Amino acid sequence: METYSFLRTFADSWMLLVLFLFFVAVILWVIRPGSNKKHRDIKNIPFRHEDKPAESRDDSEESKK
Amino acid sequence: MMNYIKLIALGLVTLFAMIAASYARDLAYQVHAIIVMLVSAGLFLWVLRRTDEPVPARVLEASYMDGVIRYGVIATAFWGVVGFLVGTYIAFQLAFPQLNFDWLHGYGNFGRLRPLHTSAVIFAFGGNALIATSFYVVQRTSAARLWGGNLAWFVFWGYNLFIILAATGYLFGATQSKEYAEPEWHTDIWLTIVWVAYLAVFVGTIVKRKEPHIYVANWFYLAFIITIAMLHIFNNLSIPVSIFGSKSVQVFSGVQDAMVQWWYGHNAVGFFLTAGFLGMMYYFVPKQAERPVFSYKLSIIHFWALIFLYIWAGPHHLHYTALPDWAATLGMVFSVVLWMPSWGGMINGLMTLSGAWDKLRTDPVIRMMVISLGFYGMSTFEGPMMSIRAVNSLSHYTDWTIGHVHSGALGWNGMITFGALYFLVPRLWNRERLYSLSMVSWHFWLATIGIILYAASMWVTGIMEGLMWREVDANGFLVNSFADTVSAKFPMYVVRALGGVMYLTGALIMCYNLWMTVKRSPAKQAAATSAAVAAE
Repeated sequence: METYSFLRTFADSWMLLVLFLFFVAVILWVIRPGSNKKHRDIKNIPFRHEDKPAESRDDSEESKK
Repeated sequence: MMNYIKLIALGLVTLFAMIAASYARDLAYQVHAIIVMLVSAGLFLWVLRRTDEPVPARVLEASYMDGVIRYGVIATAFWGVVGFLVGTYIAFQLAFPQLNFDWLHGYGNFGRLRPLHTSAVIFAFGGNALIATSFYVVQRTSAARLWGGNLAWFVFWGYNLFIILAATGYLFGATQSKEYAEPEWHTDIWLTIVWVAYLAVFVGTIVKRKEPHIYVANWFYLAFIITIAMLHIFNNLSIPVSIFGSKSVQVFSGVQDAMVQWWYGHNAVGFFLTAGFLGMMYYFVPKQAERPVFSYKLSIIHFWALIFLYIWAGPHHLHYTALPDWAATLGMVFSVVLWMPSWGGMINGLMTLSGAWDKLRTDPVIRMMVISLGFYGMSTFEGPMMSIRAVNSLSHYTDWTIGHVHSGALGWNGMITFGALYFLVPRLWNRERLYSLSMVSWHFWLATIGIILYAASMWVTGIMEGLMWREVDANGFLVNSFADTVSAKFPMYVVRALGGVMYLTGALIMCYNLWMTVKRSPAKQAAATSAAVAAE
């Protein structure tokens, strides 16, 4: 029962805070300045390399332009 | 060298399966041992005949691994029809109990067929769709061939062997009585092995990706694979009574067992039927609409909000039980909050069409995807509402729950899968277009009207029986007996079964259309792609 009480208290205090802060951090990270350009690039991934794999990492960097 | 190890392992498995078949303590286990024996003996011969063939060159890296996806597409369509057929049959069994024939007693009655239906549609139809599309999407969005060579084939065949073992187990009576987790311990262990291989293939492909970023669809697929592994292991912690029998005993007991079961059960909905299918949505809707997803920012917030909230929602299945009130309230609150990311995702998918709404008129495939998002929004609104304790006191144990599940499963999961199949088949078989768009329209309308008949009749019968159960007269006595509610439900049960017939007919039309697409549709002209397919 001791373990239960400890975990219960921990879960609805510190762990809750950590998870909530993580989530707030995710939102702040998503709307950070300069993310627009990057997100525009990422959301076009499905429209590249439909038929065959890229030769190398550089190749896909090129195809963005 | 690898082949010798394979041969030894397959030989040992065959031998053990032979011993297990003769020592088996129950029929289901014996049937499973015979299936495993035949499969591993067949594989032994297959490996033996290919032992000395040279390993294909590294040329493979220049093309995607699509063979396994083609098999996955066929398996999805096949299991879909099987699952819908069994579902329609048991719907008629409920309306007309005479269909529980005497000569089928013990194998083909409702109690045995019902888990066969749920597992066939969720795990066989949905699971094969998820595995096939995840292999397709992860390759295209990583610009890399699947990792692990033939491991992907092991995942496909291994998963389908799991389905065969699970399905035969239900018919012959091996069940651990956990909803959506009925297979017994030996089948569970096999699924765990297959699932780890699946995770390895998926993560391996992401690790060797050529794109610098991981596209959001892969995040959803990855969350689905990892969470299902965790849920499956914890909910199936059990100790077999004998290594030669299918019966096992759960490690948890009482309310702990119930809580673990519904933590599993609701997250099977949340991560198998939602996160995984959202991965499909985030790839196939933009591809079919030919424009990128509405907001990538929203998709990231959608992802984190959804996985953070879903994992807590399970206790809403256990209102008014031995579960402590605080736990049930927690589950209820998180379920209601979950409404927001769900609708965020729905809006993100729908708004992807902004500026291209005219496609709804011309393209029945995108219409299918849009109505699947509509049903996703509808059932993720209905679900939080039903999780509220007061509403649950009326809806729990009634047909309303069954209606809710089916508007999600038929509407959201089914329709998005059909859309993905219509997208995939012409591309995988290198065809210019689908055989017939008007057949897609027929499928669309049959399926949609079928779901509406299903959901509407279940609302009526669910609320009716909920109200009948709680009705008391002036002296506080119950007005209705249980049998009264059963006979009052008869007309709605017939309507529901007819809805199922329409949905099944639509799926059969789809199978014919896809078959003819492969057989009759003109091949695509581009030389480069046909060379890549020949290399497969």
